[in-house]
Amino acid sequence: MAGEVPSLAESKLTALVVDDNLVNQSMHHKLLDRLGIKNDVVCNGQEAVDVHCSGRNYDLILMDMDMPVMNGIQATKKLREMGIESKIAGVTTRSKEEEKKEFMEAGLNDFQEKPLTISKLVSILHNLDFYVQT
Amino acid sequence: MLGFGVDRLQADINRLLTSLFHQGVLDEQFLQLQQLQDETSPTFVYDVINIYFDESEKLLRSLRLLLMDREFSDYKKIGLHLNQLVGSSSSIGARRVRNVCVAFRSASELNNRPGCLRGLEIVEHEYHYLKNMMHELFQLEQQRLLAAGVRYPM
Repeated sequence: MAGEVPSLAESKLTALVVDDNLVNQSMHHKLLDRLGIKNDVVCNGQEAVDVHCSGRNYDLILMDMDMPVMNGIQATKKLREMGIESKIAGVTTRSKEEEKKEFMEAGLNDFQEKPLTISKLVSILHNLDFYVQT
Repeated sequence: MLGFGVDRLQADINRLLTSLFHQGVLDEQFLQLQQLQDETSPTFVYDVINIYFDESEKLLRSLRLLLMDREFSDYKKIGLHLNQLVGSSSSIGARRVRNVCVAFRSASELNNRPGCLRGLEIVEHEYHYLKNMMHELFQLEQQRLLAAGVRYPM
């Protein structure tokens, strides 16, 4: 089973998972791990902002939309205002066009509907010009 | 003889999973979950499903408390809880639970209290069915591992 997954064993990429749902945190963390991407996990948009204020930086941010304290739209806007140029991919169960549009306009580089899969994550990486070696 | 036990248990596991896919209880996302299990996290499926059970039961309890309150009017909170359930159910491939949560959410968006109460009953029913099936699956898997362990003692 492990051999069927594209591997970035030597990847220097880093990512931040921003999601309040524990199941999604585990899944997204593991998906990134399997692609060789070191990643941290935070529970909401405010924590994502705080971690950047502390000096951390990531190549990729997987941003959930619906979160308490600070949601994905607010967090994306805030990070862009702070000058954070990381690639931000929105991931959400929301499927209405106007909701997606609002999220994209906040400053996303890409968008995927949940549930996130290995192929969707590889698609995000390709869309954002991150090199995927198999 | 011992190998036959492992093979029989594996066949039982395959039969149960096939049935769950056929009933629409699980979808292909469950296969994604299984694919993520590896040597570095050999109990990943079990761990994630248990996180799902813990979180879902908290949300279902909260939903029931909200709806049982005679003064209840916070449909937005119902919607937020259901977003969580839809999201986590989708992530583990629990298709039927996800679908009934979406229907429940539609009732909450219309501020339809009887619809929400009915929705909650259906979600609870589907959730408990899924949980029972997952427990059966994990028991079979545990028996299979034990049988395999007997065959290849350390």
